[in-house]
Amino acid sequence: MVHLAVPMAETLTFPSLQYRAMAPILIVLGAAVLGVVVEALVPQAARRAVQLAVTLGGLATALVFVVATPGSELGVVAGGTLAIDGPGLFLQMTILVVAIAAMLVVAERRVDPAGDAFAPRASSLVGSGEEQEQTRRGWSQTEVWPLSLFAVGGMLLFVTANDLLILFLALEVMSLPLYLLAGMARRRRLLSQEAAMKYFLLGSFASAFLLYGSAMLFGYAGSLDFAAIADAFRDKPGQLGLQVIGLTLLGAGLLFKAAAVPFHMWAPDVYQGAPTPITGFMAGAVKVAAFGALLRVMYVALGGAAWEWQPAFWVIASVTMLVGVVLAVTSSDIKRMLAYSSVAHAGFLLLGVVAFSTAGLSATMFYLLAYGLTTVGAFAVVMLVRGPSGEAGHLSSWAGLGRTSPVLAGVFALFLLALAGIPLTSGFTAKFGVFAAAIEAGGVWPVIAAVVASAISAFFYLKVIVLMFFARPGPDAPAVVVPSLLTTTAIGVAVVATLLLGVFPQAFLDLASGSTPFLR
Amino acid sequence: MSTDQYLPLVALVALPILGGLLVGLLPKGNPALPKQVALVVSLLTLALGVVVGMAYQLPQDGGAPFQLGASWEWIPAWGVSFALGVDGIALMLILMTAILVPVCILGGWADADATSGSPRGYFAWILVLEGLVLGVFAATDVFLFYVLFEAMLIPMYFLIGRYGGAQRQYAAVKFFLYSLAGGLLMLAALVGLWVVSADQLGAGTFDYAALVGLDIPVETQKWLFLGFFIAFAIKAPLWPLHTWLPDAASEAPPSSSVLLVGVLDKVGTFGMLRLCLPLFPDASKYFAPAIIVLSIVGIVYGALLAIGQTDLKRLIAYTSVSHFGFIALGIFAMTSQGQSGATLYMVNHGFSIAALFLIVGFMATRRGSRMIEDFGGVQKVAPVLAGSFLVAGLSSLALPGLSSFVSEFLVLAGTFTRYPAAAVVATLGIVLAALYILLMYQRTMTGPVRPGVEGMADLRGREVLAIAPVLALIVALGVFPQVALDIINPSVDQTMTAVGSTDPAPVVAEGK
Repeated sequence: MVHLAVPMAETLTFPSLQYRAMAPILIVLGAAVLGVVVEALVPQAARRAVQLAVTLGGLATALVFVVATPGSELGVVAGGTLAIDGPGLFLQMTILVVAIAAMLVVAERRVDPAGDAFAPRASSLVGSGEEQEQTRRGWSQTEVWPLSLFAVGGMLLFVTANDLLILFLALEVMSLPLYLLAGMARRRRLLSQEAAMKYFLLGSFASAFLLYGSAMLFGYAGSLDFAAIADAFRDKPGQLGLQVIGLTLLGAGLLFKAAAVPFHMWAPDVYQGAPTPITGFMAGAVKVAAFGALLRVMYVALGGAAWEWQPAFWVIASVTMLVGVVLAVTSSDIKRMLAYSSVAHAGFLLLGVVAFSTAGLSATMFYLLAYGLTTVGAFAVVMLVRGPSGEAGHLSSWAGLGRTSPVLAGVFALFLLALAGIPLTSGFTAKFGVFAAAIEAGGVWPVIAAVVASAISAFFYLKVIVLMFFARPGPDAPAVVVPSLLTTTAIGVAVVATLLLGVFPQAFLDLASGSTPFLR
Repeated sequence: MSTDQYLPLVALVALPILGGLLVGLLPKGNPALPKQVALVVSLLTLALGVVVGMAYQLPQDGGAPFQLGASWEWIPAWGVSFALGVDGIALMLILMTAILVPVCILGGWADADATSGSPRGYFAWILVLEGLVLGVFAATDVFLFYVLFEAMLIPMYFLIGRYGGAQRQYAAVKFFLYSLAGGLLMLAALVGLWVVSADQLGAGTFDYAALVGLDIPVETQKWLFLGFFIAFAIKAPLWPLHTWLPDAASEAPPSSSVLLVGVLDKVGTFGMLRLCLPLFPDASKYFAPAIIVLSIVGIVYGALLAIGQTDLKRLIAYTSVSHFGFIALGIFAMTSQGQSGATLYMVNHGFSIAALFLIVGFMATRRGSRMIEDFGGVQKVAPVLAGSFLVAGLSSLALPGLSSFVSEFLVLAGTFTRYPAAAVVATLGIVLAALYILLMYQRTMTGPVRPGVEGMADLRGREVLAIAPVLALIVALGVFPQVALDIINPSVDQTMTAVGSTDPAPVVAEGK
């Protein structure tokens, strides 16, 4: 338990730290620090290779530690601020797997003739002589790696935070690097910088909401600890104002990161403007982290007030799904369409959250795993379809792709079918789980809304498939670039996961349901 | 899980799918090779179908209601198994499918040649579709049924969208979205059903037998029934959810139209019989009068629109709207005669529609048009073609001695004992059928030879091979329907018992 005001007379006692349980977080953050050192000490020519090794090595080691965590280490650790429990480990595993796949795409250098997807120096003026010189010399921005590692470290912390203050810190550690990464695109820099600015400003608002909500709940419960807040909701009736304001503001902050309506406005602009590998990283991993934290806050800290937030969440889930799919129908840019689709998926995920049951918890976690990997794969494909001035964003330029590159179009069609929730893909298994949890919790109407949203969403996913396979390529048809082994691996992993979780999901369903419930 | 697994049934489902993959992976150079391989695969499938048919034991000879089962756990967390098995109804439809696919491959030998797609793809998708449909008919796990039901859309979508006529993309998307919307409603109902089973049995299951044994509250039944029924009514299609059918069936290449209307759409009516009635008996009885009305409207409306068509394929598509009305009427009349008739009707309709669509396809390829006004006097230049068309048409209008007569009679007789007024109105459908078939025959086949028809070739060897077995079956089932009815009747009685419905006792007119 964190006491903000430590009486002067008391001696400060340090909490004992369970290093084994916290190892994955420490490893990733340690690798990030190492990456900063590498920036300073390793010469430019060798930097990229070293950074890549540090990043992938760090993430892989952390993944091994997560998977090999012995049952005896589970528990609320670090003086009650972190909960290393089943859901926490499952979500950490998901984040690390998604992040590794995303980092493989980030490392891709063969796609853009000028190098990777990032500006050589983000601080240079767009199109200035200085920048042209840097491009000519083949400089690349290797800070991308430590920044991504910090973000991943923040995410790992975010899903295990058991304390409102740690939750806020994790949110900032996760978000700040992402704001920067969003603004670093090599192509269409102004769009990218605008996206970063919007993301930063709106994200700061959300952080402020979260912080203010935390303060209100602290005022109500007298503690920042999730378990203590839960006890307060059980034992301390009254002070409804503090309860409701705290709950609403905290929820708003978390729903912003999850891109749920009405806090979804940033998603299309940021997804479109950010460098595509980073968009895939954000769409996949941030979604997992945001929902992971939302699940823990709602189930552990605010579980006692479920009757207060459940009705509102049913409505938010339904509206999010419907608004997401309707806006996706109207968008003509592939990245914007996928952004709105991610809004819709936030709605489907919320069905699992609001069910407020172990079935809902495991269904949401399974959904996150399925969605995260499919999304990273989908954005990796988007990166490969390129016109003369960078990626071919407009849908019309995807026409006839099925004729020119049938394999890539087939892979993308698989991802789209999975996002649409067609049986035998991971998306279907995931949707089935959250629908069942929601109906069990009495949410028949939200599930009907979800079915309607699925039907509408099929329309725009199908539109792309129709374009790719049935339309003739236009005059300025984009070229499909053959990627290096890195991106190919990432896409391959996503394809395997999409099919495996669709056709033989049993092992992963068991893993998800075996990871419940939360410890407190 | 039973200890002895009957593998031929599994092979029957797997063979066409694997064969389809093989055809899809054949080398590009030789355009005839995929057709030959596909034909061989479909004939092997038919042979397996006959093996399964021979192994089936009639219940009066001691056979269980569901036999030849094979089941493996698939997703135990949700109680999902890969479980197959057949009753008499499923067996008849499986045999019909296994017969029609080689017929379609022979009849559609040239369907993919003039299109932008490759013949490999066309015949690969046809085989995959066959495997999925056979799987739907044989599934005894409702989740498996749903998955295959949805998966069927994908091959059909490519068959229409890639190989169809000028409006193919529009037709393909319309077909897909209609079906998918229905499928998603079914998904919601499926999830609901699973939750009910989890409540009542302790653990959720999709096992058909266990689900039939549930005691679902009537209000819940109504909602779940609607979810399943609307999906099936779109698929079947029942008025007023039929509007995708004329587009899809007329834009698809002829052999795909046969598969779409003759085979795929039967899954809709099969689903009503297999899932809607036994799972939701109370709701079925509650909604039966409304569905009967829809069926009647469909019968008359489909027939009237068929009369007004100028495009031969659209005409045949509308006759199917009318005929699916008869099938639904027979199912929801809730009499054993009606349901036996409906099941037999599904089979008979499959054969007559196959002959009609294929022959119209042959005519359209020769003439370069499928408009009625472009034909005339065909019987003078192509007598065999015209004669075959007449036999298929007469079967479609239920001429006694041809197969559809028996089933249509049973449906009407079965309906009359419970809903006399409905039966009387439905009889109008037969009169109108005579009108649309004979008018079509008169306009296209008789009279002076129209310009453009003069040089029309008669049916060739391959086409005769495709049409002849179908015509033979039409005559055989017309003369000896009892062979099929012996297989169908016990399973229909089984369904009737599950619904808890009995035939109305015959009313004896007292001493007049």
